[in-house]
Amino acid sequence: MIEETLIPKVGVITDVRKDTPDVKTFRVVGTDGKKLFKHMPGQCAMVSVPGVGECMFSITSSPTNEEYMEFSIKKCGCVTEVIHSLEVGQHITVRGPYGKNFPVEEDFKGKDLLFIAGGIGLAPLRSVINYVRHYRSNYGKVVIVYGARSKDDLVDIEEIQTEWMNEPNMDVYLTIDRPQEGWDGHVGFVPAYVKELGLDPNMTAVLCGPPIMIKFTLAGLLELGFDKSRVYTTLELRMKCGVGKCGRCNVGDKFVCKDGPVFRMTELDELPDEY
Amino acid sequence: MLKIAKERLNELYAKIAESMGLFIPIKKAGEVNYHVWGEGKEVSLETLKTVKSPKNAFFPASENLMKFKTEGKNLEIIDVRWDKSEKPFVIFGVKACDYKAIEVLDKVFLADPVDTYYQSRREAFTIVTLACSKPEESCFCNAFGVDATAPKGDVTTWLDEKYLYWQPNTEKGEALTQIVADMAEQGGEAEVAAQQAATQAIMEKLPFASLDLSRFQPENLNELFDDPAWEEMSEACLGCGTCTFVCPTCQCFDIRDFKTHEGVIRYRCWDSCMYSDFTLMAHGNSRTTQMQRFRQRFMHKLVYYPSQNDGLYSCVGCGRCVNKCPQRLNIVKVIKTLGGKDND
Ligand SMILES: Cc1cc2nc3c(=O)[nH]c(=O)nc-3n(C[C@H](O)[C@H](O)[C@H](O)COP(=O)(O)OP(=O)(O)OC[C@H]3O[C@@H](n4cnc5c(N)ncnc54)[C@H](O)[C@@H]3O)c2cc1C
Ligand code: SF4
Ligand code: SF4
Ligand code: FES
Repeated sequence: MIEETLIPKVGVITDVRKDTPDVKTFRVVGTDGKKLFKHMPGQCAMVSVPGVGECMFSITSSPTNEEYMEFSIKKCGCVTEVIHSLEVGQHITVRGPYGKNFPVEEDFKGKDLLFIAGGIGLAPLRSVINYVRHYRSNYGKVVIVYGARSKDDLVDIEEIQTEWMNEPNMDVYLTIDRPQEGWDGHVGFVPAYVKELGLDPNMTAVLCGPPIMIKFTLAGLLELGFDKSRVYTTLELRMKCGVGKCGRCNVGDKFVCKDGPVFRMTELDELPDEY
Repeated sequence: MLKIAKERLNELYAKIAESMGLFIPIKKAGEVNYHVWGEGKEVSLETLKTVKSPKNAFFPASENLMKFKTEGKNLEIIDVRWDKSEKPFVIFGVKACDYKAIEVLDKVFLADPVDTYYQSRREAFTIVTLACSKPEESCFCNAFGVDATAPKGDVTTWLDEKYLYWQPNTEKGEALTQIVADMAEQGGEAEVAAQQAATQAIMEKLPFASLDLSRFQPENLNELFDDPAWEEMSEACLGCGTCTFVCPTCQCFDIRDFKTHEGVIRYRCWDSCMYSDFTLMAHGNSRTTQMQRFRQRFMHKLVYYPSQNDGLYSCVGCGRCVNKCPQRLNIVKVIKTLGGKDND
């Protein structure tokens, strides 16, 4: 029979990593042991536990990883709660990839890049950052600002500390909301930290995180002289089909699943304020 | 053009039903809807607005998408899509507005990636349209460029006191004509032309004959979105979703899983942007008021969809929402309030 996008592929969980009290990262391959499908940074997939439901997640692993895919999943409702209870060897379903990716081969090439993430917002950025690291010479300086509620809520902290922080020409700044024992790094919210850091406004910036963080961080960047046409973010609306048919993620004349989730700030300005 | 004597219609249906599934407007429990034809059923071809539109045939209110079998940690997906070569179908008596609505749905479901559930039904069906001769007060298809007297489809038909006039338009239509050929005779052009002229004259006098849609342009998207009139227009809306379920172009659906003793069935069913949980997420809701949901439905029909589809509106003026809204809200009121200067 002909292929149907709504019919997923069966995936096998080959590794589960507990990142934070409410985020786990799941490694998934096909039943043949190979990667399920190719994707680009910023694209998403629909993951499901049949009988429970299907949810959209960013593919957090880099496309340059040809062995498997990873999803960092925050426990926040019916489906994600069940996903968190799954163990290695469990079959799940995956379909995708969906959506537009970050313009890593176009607008990002040759540029200095600033990545700003809050909480689980690191998931889509991890894919781009590792892609950029893989093709390091194609990009300029990289600055990463990442914040979470507490040090225990920083997703993928091991990879950040052992790999990202040692990468040449790549600065990593971490912050947590409130002081905490055992943390001697920066304390404070992401938007304020970004302003303090006095970043170069000629960088191309990518913001991912809770809407409130994005709003205040963007305001801060604009004050620093950043140009909206070089600031990108991702939108998160409820999704069902992933291909612009079920109508759920419609904002103005765009479907976030198909025309997004990656948007340039100037594109968002043209959309009605309903996301 | 061919014509078939009206007394022989039942014979015609029986002949088609011998080799194909025949969906036709049938009166059941006081409501006319498209049902499978059978001997003794009360066919009501003339009914202009079946309560449910013909979209059910291609995009059913609920349909199974796949099944899952689980064994321990293992999972198997079972494809339950039906094989369209099994049986061809005919949908008979589709009005011009409803046919146009199928074209609107095609742009959604047949766009890349093609929805194969919709596509296989679409391909299995031969569509026989029927021109309208007695348009009602709630009809305004002409505002959307639909000619009620000359619907498209695989076969176009016209009905008067004596005959059903029959004009095949496509290969599928020709094939169906072969099946009914021995009941038909040549002729009918003059009768059809006369009926068309008479219907046009009625159309011009209908209360919503001249709606002005000129302001519904993509470049006015944000201005229309921000119009203060939405508050008042939507005040009485109950969020019942009736307007979306009777609408022949409404496309929104939900996907859900359902546990049975034979495993899990994943199905899709119609959903409504008028419902408060339509956009509800774990961390919030992008539309928290009924005004926003009401605005979404009409902005989608009149501005968003056309902006994505070369100006094609996703309202076809069938008037179902005009007749069925318990609060007497409808798209005509929206058009009159926001559409342009020539709406009085
Ligand atoms: C493009 C995109 C990328 C995402 N990437 C990630 C990611 O990498 N990691 C991660 O942890 N989460 C991500 N999310 C959010 C994730 O989809 C939701 O947290 C998840 O759907 C919640 O489902 P639930 O059943 O556990 O919650 P419930 O609240 O019980 O969900 C009920 C229903 O609402 C829907 N829903 C609830 N919250 C959301 C939401 N925020 N977005 C979309 N649908 C929602 C679900 O589909 C579900 O059917 C992403 C969402 C989108 C749209
Ligand atoms: S507009 Fe009317 S039919 Fe539609 S949801 Fe509101 S009250 Fe119901
Ligand atoms: S919006 Fe109303 S008039 Fe327009 S196609 Fe839908 S039901 Fe018919
Ligand atoms: S998720 Fe269905 S239209 Fe976007």
